[in-house]
Amino acid sequence: MTAPDGGGMSRDSATANGLALELRDVVKEYPGGVRALRRVSVDIPTGDRVAVVGPSGSGKTTMLTILGTLERPTSGDVHVAGRDVVKASDSDLAGLRAYEIGFVFQGFHLQDSLTALDNVATGMLYTGAPLRERRAAAKVALDRVGLGHRTTHRPQELSGGEKQRVAIARAIAKNPKIILADEPTGNLDSKSGESVLELLHQLSSEGATLALITHDEQIAATFPRRVQMRDGEIVGDERQ
Amino acid sequence: MSVAAFRRQRRIPRRHARGERDHARLPPHELFSVALQGLRTRKLRAALSALGIAIGIGAMVAVVGVSSSSQANLLATIDRLGTNLLTVSPGTTFFGAAEVLPDTAIAMIEHMRNVERVSGVYAVSNANVFRTPFVPAEQTGGIGVDATDTELVKAMNSSVASGHFFNAASENEPTVVLGAAAAQDLQIEKVTGHIQLFVGGTWFTVIGILNSMTLDTSLDDNVFIGLPAAERLFQVQPNPSEIYVRANVNDVSAVGSLLAPTADPQNADGVDVSQPSDVLEARAAAKGQFTTLLLGLGAVALLVGAIGIANIMVISVLERRGEIGLRRALGATRRHISSQFLAESALLAAIGGIFGLLFGAIATWVYSVGQNEPWVIPLYALIAAPAAGLVIGAVAGLYPAAKAARLSPTEALRAT
Repeated sequence: MTAPDGGGMSRDSATANGLALELRDVVKEYPGGVRALRRVSVDIPTGDRVAVVGPSGSGKTTMLTILGTLERPTSGDVHVAGRDVVKASDSDLAGLRAYEIGFVFQGFHLQDSLTALDNVATGMLYTGAPLRERRAAAKVALDRVGLGHRTTHRPQELSGGEKQRVAIARAIAKNPKIILADEPTGNLDSKSGESVLELLHQLSSEGATLALITHDEQIAATFPRRVQMRDGEIVGDERQ
Repeated sequence: MSVAAFRRQRRIPRRHARGERDHARLPPHELFSVALQGLRTRKLRAALSALGIAIGIGAMVAVVGVSSSSQANLLATIDRLGTNLLTVSPGTTFFGAAEVLPDTAIAMIEHMRNVERVSGVYAVSNANVFRTPFVPAEQTGGIGVDATDTELVKAMNSSVASGHFFNAASENEPTVVLGAAAAQDLQIEKVTGHIQLFVGGTWFTVIGILNSMTLDTSLDDNVFIGLPAAERLFQVQPNPSEIYVRANVNDVSAVGSLLAPTADPQNADGVDVSQPSDVLEARAAAKGQFTTLLLGLGAVALLVGAIGIANIMVISVLERRGEIGLRRALGATRRHISSQFLAESALLAAIGGIFGLLFGAIATWVYSVGQNEPWVIPLYALIAAPAAGLVIGAVAGLYPAAKAARLSPTEALRAT
């Protein structure tokens, strides 16, 4: 049932250099002259776990949206899972996000009208997989995040920590190569924040690449690699 | 479960052709269910904006339905009365004076081929009708007196409401048969006992009341006496003022063209021939004309409904920036986003169209029951109503959908 992995040329080159995410001299300017990123270069190898840390306005969210192919850089090169983001079409990038990238947001972004199971299944909607298969994968993912007993609950019946777990399940259900998390514990109390963080570590230790942005040094301290940003530039890159 | 086994198990199968792998896709049925879900999340709003379309389409369906129903009724009437009735009447001379049909006209027409029935009406201009001799002579009530033969009711495909029509015996006697409207004016509802009317200074016995003669309703205002009686009592000349001719259904026009020279061989130009069913057919066509105006009004209602939908969709796009950003993050292309909003808008309006069809059909039914007409919804309306909704919704959704697709996903995700 599972197709053999590998495929396009660009994929092979990525496997060759083993980088999941690669930014080269990336500049991002927004209309009005705001320079969110000034010549940022960073390599994130497959399976790496990186905390991007910095004060608000340091450009870390912008970097994440570029890594997540939601935006294109003003200049510079971006490779995500071996794909050249700058050259790829909108549809190619959407496909990349549909299969290879799982997002976790501070604001959960769950749909209130859907059950936890269907919220997770929506995470695979744009792969074109039939609903039955998506639900089966969603059930497995909810089990993984410890919410196997909450499948029929709707978001408003779940606690903040549980909502974020559903959102994480949605991100990982398709088994992405890359997980990108934007302040995933920002809306949670410290106890559920800790367990969500633990879950992310655990899931990414199974092979996915994890990039998480936070302004919290304590959270960053749990990561083997920390990239520090300030004023749109990387000012530190340390590995434990 | 081993890590490898877990990964294998939750891997979403990639079943597509190699060249197409890893392209984001949204099959049509998924698009439909996403759109439906979008509407179900905001039920009240969806219902209200669909109502706008429903009212517009309902109004148009009702207009079409009501006019089709009364058209169908008229056509049924025409069918029932037949289109093979021809009337022959004296024309006017070049100088405006009235012509006179020769007294031989009826006999001549009766001998024509393909003529099934002939009946004549003769104006009795020197007689008026009153309930009693004490009514002042000038108060005629607008009721005319005509002499006729025994064939009139059959020729007109009419019938007797009460009593009976003339026969060979009663047409010689001072007996009178009332047209439908004349009976009403004289306040005689039924032929019971011995009702008499004072006609031209003589007492006449009422022997019958007719139903309306739809093919020539001017006859309804008159009372009829037998021609022999009229000749005897009022010296009426046997020159018909109107001759009604039933022709063979397949030879109506042939008979029609020969009627004038047959009725008056010396002066065929002084004879007018017409086909009364033409008038009814023209009236049926006129009903269709009238609907165009009302349809225009329905279209205005529909336009207002469409603007309502566009408005609600624009608001919806602004409110759902988070959802749009999420969907983009989950792999939706710009096209997926725009088609989602387009589909929602079209679905909304199509639902409105279906309800509009229902409203219109019910309104038509209420009308047709009230008017005692057949209930007719034209077949095309059954398809056109939801289809119109679909198209209107799609057009109304174009701008909001484009707006949704243009939205920057980053910005959308920040708005929580």
